Amino acid sequence: MTTLTDAGRDGAAREIERPRLTWRQRLSRADVKYSPYVYVAPFFVLFALVGLFPLLYTFVVSLNDWDLLKGQGDWVGFDNYVTELQDPWFWNSIGNTFSIFVLSAVPQLIAATFIAAVLDQNLRAKTFWRLSVLLPYVVTPAAVALIFSSIFSEDYGLVNNLLGSLGLDPVLWKHDTLPGHLAIATMVNWRWTGYNALILLAAMQAVPRDVYESAALDGAGAFRRFFSITLPSIRPTFIFVLITATIGGLQIFTEPKLFDATNATPGGAYHQYETTTLYIWNMAFNQDRFGRAAAIAFLLLLIIVAIGLVNYVLSKGIASSEVKVARDRTRRRLERHRDRQLAGAVASTSAPTSAPTSGEPRS
Amino acid sequence: MTAVLAPRTGASDESHRPRLRRRSIRGSRPGFLVYGILIAWFLGSAYPLWWSFVAGSSESTVLTLPYPPLLPGGQFWVNASEVFATIDFWKALGNSVIVSTSITASVLFFSTLAGYAFAKLRFRGRNGLMLFVILTLAIPTQLGIIPLFILMKQFGWTGSLGAIIVPTLVTAFGVFFMRQYLVDVIPDELIEAARVDGASMIRTFWHVGVPAARPAMAVLGLFTFMTAWTDYLWPLIVAGSNPTLQVALSQLQSAKYVNYTVVLAGAVLATIPLLIIFVIAGRQLVTGIMAGAVKG
Repeated sequence: MTTLTDAGRDGAAREIERPRLTWRQRLSRADVKYSPYVYVAPFFVLFALVGLFPLLYTFVVSLNDWDLLKGQGDWVGFDNYVTELQDPWFWNSIGNTFSIFVLSAVPQLIAATFIAAVLDQNLRAKTFWRLSVLLPYVVTPAAVALIFSSIFSEDYGLVNNLLGSLGLDPVLWKHDTLPGHLAIATMVNWRWTGYNALILLAAMQAVPRDVYESAALDGAGAFRRFFSITLPSIRPTFIFVLITATIGGLQIFTEPKLFDATNATPGGAYHQYETTTLYIWNMAFNQDRFGRAAAIAFLLLLIIVAIGLVNYVLSKGIASSEVKVARDRTRRRLERHRDRQLAGAVASTSAPTSAPTSGEPRS
Repeated sequence: MTAVLAPRTGASDESHRPRLRRRSIRGSRPGFLVYGILIAWFLGSAYPLWWSFVAGSSESTVLTLPYPPLLPGGQFWVNASEVFATIDFWKALGNSVIVSTSITASVLFFSTLAGYAFAKLRFRGRNGLMLFVILTLAIPTQLGIIPLFILMKQFGWTGSLGAIIVPTLVTAFGVFFMRQYLVDVIPDELIEAARVDGASMIRTFWHVGVPAARPAMAVLGLFTFMTAWTDYLWPLIVAGSNPTLQVALSQLQSAKYVNYTVVLAGAVLATIPLLIIFVIAGRQLVTGIMAGAVKG
């Protein structure tokens, strides 16, 4: 009897208020009014308990000399933060995390964009090719780490065997810093490139085909169309992929943890690929320093949130400045056009067919 | 789609030959170069998996060969039984099934309920609460592991499957995903009609909301299951003597000497369940990833 539209609900309420409400009517009104809260409440209560509360409580733990046996321990204020910020191993872990992140994100996004552009062609058996790039995604990170740990093994690994048969020296993947980072980035790239390619492909398919057609009519080649139409059109999705890759990449754990099992300390004999999450794990569960581990976790949280914000602001900034650039370009083009018309009228020759900006989309 | 359109434009422009050819640039079938790239990419990305099967089915001398063989050996069951002797594979597999199924059921239920309310019901504070959900999407709640572990320890839950399940009972992404889907897919009139017919709010949800949500629930369920299945850090911390498959798998190489053929046989065995899901529901995975991209 009560409907969900405002008008309907108000109307019904006004009608009902004058006579005495029956029990059923009152129940029905309460149903409409409170049900939405009952539906969303479980999510918020559970999320607050198991998601948000632990995150905030990390800060409280980080202010104490917390360990597993003593429990809370002494209140130490920001001592844990001071210790960590002066600890070279903390900065080492941050450096490793960013190095691995850059080595994985940059090639991965370039490759994903390339594969997406290839998949964006008018292919036969579309679904098959889309499935084929997604195959590595079904291998779990733990299995990926084991597989690549064998492939990058120093004595009898696949890669070093091949290098040897080419007459090259073996690479110390598990002892040298940069090769280690490269090997770990390879695991990430292998698993995620196809997945991200599909996301970018979806964005590319949303670009209207006639934009490409008119650009092609204006004489823009395939590369010109890719850089002037495809890339600008998928930018929002690209930023979305970048932000997700950042949030995930800065917390990388499984791959470096399982890269070299023969080491007593995961992260390499010289901590050369100990990422920050791995450092947190070592600090808490190997060294039983929960206060310090919580301080590192909180610092990492701040870094991730800060990078997310910078990403967001930058993408907004680029977007607004691009609007300005486009506006200026249109104005200049119009002026040129007018000049040319004047010149054309004077010389009375055929209009120039190859205008310098003709390949760009009309804005 | 463009392939259907191309001949039609061709017919209308019969007189302008060069124009016709240009127009059909996007509509025409790509050449062998494109397929060559795709085949090369597929072989490259499938090779590590194939190699682990080849090595996992051979004797360990296979690792010392200068050129890796292309075909599997006949030792897979020998290596596999070594895996079963080292770790309790079947118990870990069972644990992973229980954990991932429980998390999926819980995320699906709470996300659909909340997503439906956000998409289709009016209530005070709706926009503010939804904004909160969106903001929490960008916050890595996984970093709360330290207090979570301390709590689990205090409750005496460590070593139980419940401890693995509880932190991911709900996800902000699930609510966001269901809301985005339902907001377009259910017409307001349908809900109004159900209400006019005297259905209570929960009946309306059950008989209008849930049936409409089913396709999105399938996709969300698939991804939630896979995320739960692949998780390693949190189970490693709390699982104790009750490891999930990922944790048990990693124990295969926790020794001074690593026998990689056995480790790789284990990796192959552990990949089979998700490969089965890939074969059955691969299309839904692809659609889900591509749909999430446009909405997200």
